[in-house]
Parts: sequence; C-alpha cells; structure tokens
Amino acid sequence: MSQARVSYKPSDEVDFVIVGSGASGGILAKELSTNGFRVVVLEQGPYLTEKDFTHDEVKVFQEHLLTNNPKQQPHTFRATPREKAKQQYSVMYGRCVGGSSAHFTANFWRLHEIDFIEHSKIGDIPGTTFTDWPIRYADLEPYYTKVEWEVGVSGLAGASPFDPWRSKPYPMPPLPVKSSGVIFERAAKKLGYHPFPAPMAILSQPRAGRSACANCGFCLGFGCEVGAKSSSLASMIPVAEKTGRCEIRPNSYVHKIEIDEKGRATGAVYFDAKGVVHMQKAKAVVLAANGAETPRLLLLSHSKQFPNGLANSSGMVGKNLMVNTGAIGFGVYDEPLNDYKGFAVSRIFHDFYEADTQKLGFYGGGGVDARYDMTPINFVMQGLPPETPKWGSSFKKTLHNNFTRTMQIYFHGTSVPVEANGFSLDDEVKDAWGLPALRFTYRDHDNDLKFMAWMTERVMELFDASGARTTWHVPVAPQQFAVHLLGTCRMGNDSKNSVINPDHRTHDVKNLFLCDGSSLVTSGRGQPTMTIEALAFRASDRITALAKSGEISG
Amino acid sequence: MTNVATIHTVTYTSETMDPACTPRREFLLQLAGTAGAALIAAQWPAVTAAAQHAHEAKSSPQTYKFEVLTPEQAREVEAIAARIIPTDELPGATEAGVVYFIDYALRTFARDARESYGPGLAQINELTAQTFPGVAKFSAATPEQQDKILEMTLGSSEAGNSRHRQRAITGDFPETIWFHVVSGFLVAPEGGGNRDYAGWKVIGRDPAHTFSSPFGFYDKDYPGWQPAGSEMGKK
Repeated sequence: MSQARVSYKPSDEVDFVIVGSGASGGILAKELSTNGFRVVVLEQGPYLTEKDFTHDEVKVFQEHLLTNNPKQQPHTFRATPREKAKQQYSVMYGRCVGGSSAHFTANFWRLHEIDFIEHSKIGDIPGTTFTDWPIRYADLEPYYTKVEWEVGVSGLAGASPFDPWRSKPYPMPPLPVKSSGVIFERAAKKLGYHPFPAPMAILSQPRAGRSACANCGFCLGFGCEVGAKSSSLASMIPVAEKTGRCEIRPNSYVHKIEIDEKGRATGAVYFDAKGVVHMQKAKAVVLAANGAETPRLLLLSHSKQFPNGLANSSGMVGKNLMVNTGAIGFGVYDEPLNDYKGFAVSRIFHDFYEADTQKLGFYGGGGVDARYDMTPINFVMQGLPPETPKWGSSFKKTLHNNFTRTMQIYFHGTSVPVEANGFSLDDEVKDAWGLPALRFTYRDHDNDLKFMAWMTERVMELFDASGARTTWHVPVAPQQFAVHLLGTCRMGNDSKNSVINPDHRTHDVKNLFLCDGSSLVTSGRGQPTMTIEALAFRASDRITALAKSGEISG
Repeated sequence: MTNVATIHTVTYTSETMDPACTPRREFLLQLAGTAGAALIAAQWPAVTAAAQHAHEAKSSPQTYKFEVLTPEQAREVEAIAARIIPTDELPGATEAGVVYFIDYALRTFARDARESYGPGLAQINELTAQTFPGVAKFSAATPEQQDKILEMTLGSSEAGNSRHRQRAITGDFPETIWFHVVSGFLVAPEGGGNRDYAGWKVIGRDPAHTFSSPFGFYDKDYPGWQPAGSEMGKK
C-alpha cells in the first residue's frame, strides 16, 4: 500500500482548509477527505508520533511538549472586563497534531437529552445567557455512535440507569477496574448511587491496527506510545492521510482568514516554522482551532468589511465561555491501590446529572469519577495532604506511604454561560510572532461557586463512606485556569445572538465554518470532547451535503 | 559560561540525558502495527529489560562535567538536596543524582532560573554563617545545623507545622531549588534524573512499562461489576 502523503502548494486552491488537527479538526479532515474533497489541515504545533512521546514529566509539563507554551504564546488573565489583565499561565490546550486529544484523560460521556433543552426546563438564570441548543440529542445520537465505533470508546451500554438512549452498544468492553474504582463503587453503592464502568476513549482491545491499553500509567497529559488512546492522531489522521487527498501541515500558525470583496473566505494566512508567511487558498475554510484560538483568529481577521472581527456581527465571538465546574477530593487508604498503573478512571456515576435546582436554590448537574491522574512529580506538587512538610524525613515518609495509597474523587459539572467571560485580544502583550496575545476573562458565576461548594460536600461524603484514613479537598474558589474552552462561538438559529448556525456555518460568511469547543451552547457535565467529536462528524455530513449541492461555492 | 568541574565519582554522563528508551519505542511501534495487545504484553518485560540494559550501559561510571554550576555551587546544591530528601534505609536525593539533573535543567527547561542559583546559594551560605558563626557555608554545617537553615527557608519539617515558614531570605530561591530537587528525584530517568530509579523506589513506583490487572489490593478479589441493588439474590 502506498504511504506517500499528498502535498499541496499554498497557491493550489483546495476544497477545504481546516485550521487545527485536534478532536474536531482530525475528524473533519478524515470525513471530508474520505468524501472526496481535497483538504489541507494547518496545525500550529509539531507533528509528533508515538516514537516522540515520553514519560518525562519535565518535558511534558515544564517544556510543554504537547501543549501551548506560555513563553512563546503568553496570554493574560483578568476576572472581569473592568480589570487590567495581567500575564498569567491560565489556559492550556493541545498544540501538536491531534491537539488536546493527544493528551486528554479520555472520559467520553455523551450529553443527555436534557443538555439540549435545559433552559426550557429551568428557565432564565439571571446574569447568564443560558439557552437551549438549536439541535437535539436525537440529531447527535448517530454521531455519538460513530465516535464510539470509529474513534474507539470502551464501555458498557445500559450500565447507567441515567444514560440516554443509544442505537448501538459500545464496540468493546470497558477497561479493567482499578482499586480506586472498587473503593468508589462500594462507597457510592453504600450511599445509594449507581456507579458503573467508565466509558473511556482508550482501547480495551486491539482495534483497527491499534494496540489495546498497556496500562503504562503515563496517561493524562501524555501522548500514548502504543496508539491505545483514541486521539485524532491515532484514529483519524492516518485514515485522512491514506485517502491521498489530505495534507497535514504542522508548524503552521494561522493568524488571518483572508476575505475577498464579496465577503467570501479565500484561504488562511499562516507563519511556517521559519516565520515565513504563506496563504493556503481554499474554496471554503473550517476553523477547528479550539474555543480560545478560533475566536482569537476571527478577532485577528478584522477588516474594513468586518471591523469587529470576522463573523462577529452578533458581537458574540469570544463570549459566553464555559470552562466546567469541578470539585476534587483526595483520600489515603491503608493498603496500596497502585493506582499509578493504567488509565485514570474506571468507575463513575451520574446520579447527580440533574441536581435538584428547586430544592438547592441553584442550577447544576454533573458526574462523579474515581481517579488517579498523578504522575510522580505532579503527585508531590498537587497530591499531598495540605499539612505535609516540604522536606526532611517526614516529607520522605509521606511520599513513601502515600503515592501508592492515594486516590481522588472528581465531581465534574456544568458551568453557566456569562457574556463577559471569554477570550479577546490583549491591548499590550504580544506573542513571539508579534500578534496580540490571547486575553482570558473569567469569573465563575455565583451560581457555579455555590454548586462547586455543594459538589465538594458530596465528594467528601463519598470519602467518609469509603473508609479512607486521611482525606482533604481542593478549596472552592473562583477558577483561573481553563482547559475546557466552550461556547465562545456558540451555535444558534438567531444571527443576533449566535455565531454559527446548526450546520456550523457562520451566519456572516457563507463559506466559513467553525467546529470545536466554541460551538457548544451549554457546557455539558464536564466531559466535552465526545460532544465536540460528535459535532464534528455531524458538521462533516452537513458541510459535505452543502458542498455537493453547490451551496458553498455558489 | 560553561563551568567544568568534577566532584565524586559519578555514574552519569550527558549522554544519558537523551531518552534511553528509543529502542524500546521503536520495537513497540513495530509490534503495534502488526500484533495485538496480548503479544505486546507478552513481549514487554523482555523489551523493558533490554531498554534497562541499554540505559545501564550508557551510564558507565565516568567523571561528570558540570556545565552550569561551579564545583562550589554543585557542592552546596548537593548538600541542600541531601537534606530535602535525606538518605535513610531508602535512597535519597544524593543517590538519585539530583545535582546532575539540576545542572542539566539549568541549561534546558529551567534556563530562566540559571541566574538565581548564584545569588540564591550565596544567600543560603550567608544565612548559615550568620546563624552559626564560624560556619562559612551550608555544606560545611552539621546535618542538624543544615536542618535549621532549611527550617528557616522552607518551613518546619514536622507534620502539621509546615505552613509556618520564616522568610529568612528574600526571593523564592528556596522554592525554586526545592522544585528542581523534587523533579530530579522523581522524573522518569529518560528525563535525566531519578538515577537507578532511586526516587521511584521511595514512592513505590514499579519502573515497568506495562502492567495488567489486578493493580492493587482493593481490585484483587473484585467479583465483577453488578448494577446497584442487584447484589442481593445473586451468588
């Protein structure tokens, strides 16, 4: 079989240029090229493969091997628009072929029917732009199934009484249970909950030429050395490249979408690895650059025709950011769990998928997992009881005792959309290419802070029921660090308050599509990647249909 | 400026800073394309042993040349590291070769901290001299005296009192060197520290590259998943 990769010249007008090769970009590339289109994917980061991945925590976390490097691409943070933003490492995303899917934890939860219509049930939440989706669970269900079968998800259908309906079971059984999963399952059942095997985008069996998980233990944050983690890199990009129609072009930092006098996108302008500027011509442009970089790119692409940024007639580009709420507790047990082995999560429950808003006086919902995502250095930085000394014999004894005996319980939940929360261009700070830095504005809505305090209580109840010897939790405080970048170019039918329509087409530019975390209307329950991928499969179908009927170029 | 220094007999060369496990990965890649997980799992112990052998062969004893730290600075760094993670029945920072990792770090990921080491170490030596007249530097102090200096800079070493830190010196050099010591103690050896898995011996992390279930005490006798409420009435 020929492995020769196709290569286009920037001056070749391809059918689609896709910006970003992550969770959504990888799927769009695979689907559109499989459907016969000529595709160029421009990726900011390098093209790393299994042989480049490492267990070196310093390289991964300090040198940002797979993620945005704040030294190269500084960004600023402020809690509210009234404050002056200061430079602060506060946003992390994948910056390599595969994007964040190369390093994620791989919890793959579908949204439930309620997620799409929750505003109709709950009503307005003051201070938010909370609203329903323009599509429903039934629209997305076939594509969730596609994610499970094509990208590769392990799980047990029907195991949770709270699960939405599904058209097909999982393609492979769940991953094995871990000690954290057993402890959690017992505690949860004791409290009357319904724990079940976690659906994970990690192969429990060999599939499509990829290996099953070898349980190496360097999972969250790390690239998978055996292709078991179902990243776009492992699952989609190889299929796209094999079509002979898709070129993945790494180290290509897009900073402008070019628009002609008719208001149509003509291509993407980017810096190559040497800083030389090129423009890749294309009949249509798809941004899949994540919930921070997609709005930033639209704002950077302002012009006379689009003075407030491209596709921003609504003024909603970069707004309504949701980062998901969370509550994290730790427990130390008498016997070794050895939870450093394997993937992060083996058991979850969804009994709080819809918390009782009426009774609690605030809105929220989520899922709870037991996990251990502490690689050794991270464990010392984040996984020790708060009163642990930092040096000497007692410090060492704690390391010796706790590393194998600790687990976390993590409650993941909804965030409400607040218009002031989001991404914009910084007035002063520039990145290494001289472009305005990303400015991150975020303060959790009071509703979400109340919800996080309540989630934390539930986490600690679980630890109490679990027989842990020592427990503690992360303090509840406004979040200043985001990895889930959701809602910043939201989907909607009304061009006055949304950026894209249900086909992922921007309301303002006929041949410009956006599909990534920015498309989400609500935040889900804290595990957005599967929904981003289902949307990408669906968007690919919609875009293909539009292209084939001449509605993009016409 | 590159400083060339020698201390002790060491078993580290700059070569070992390169990922030592490339052959392992290449081998795995070949397997990954053609064989299933069972085969890989069966092969991994052998692969790991081969990788380990390669690693050890590369680490043959010879004199280490410091490139950033001066010999004097290296001696102080090693002395501080040895009190942060002391040696007892289990290895400590000294056995893990933390000082060599730090020299490597200061020319790679921690380049920005390079300038802070000279003044930071000088501050600690001054504090030592002020606190214990006649003792010119940290490395010349007794272990008890050294612990007193660490207590004055990193807080108490006793459980429950660790948050009460006296700020005996300005700046955050104590935190910087602490982070580097911990990193050098626990990083996967391909990252240039944790020599002979000394750090992982302390925390109990098996250096193997692959594991299979059961992983720990609590999942050993797991009977298999049952829906909540279904246990009763079943065997």
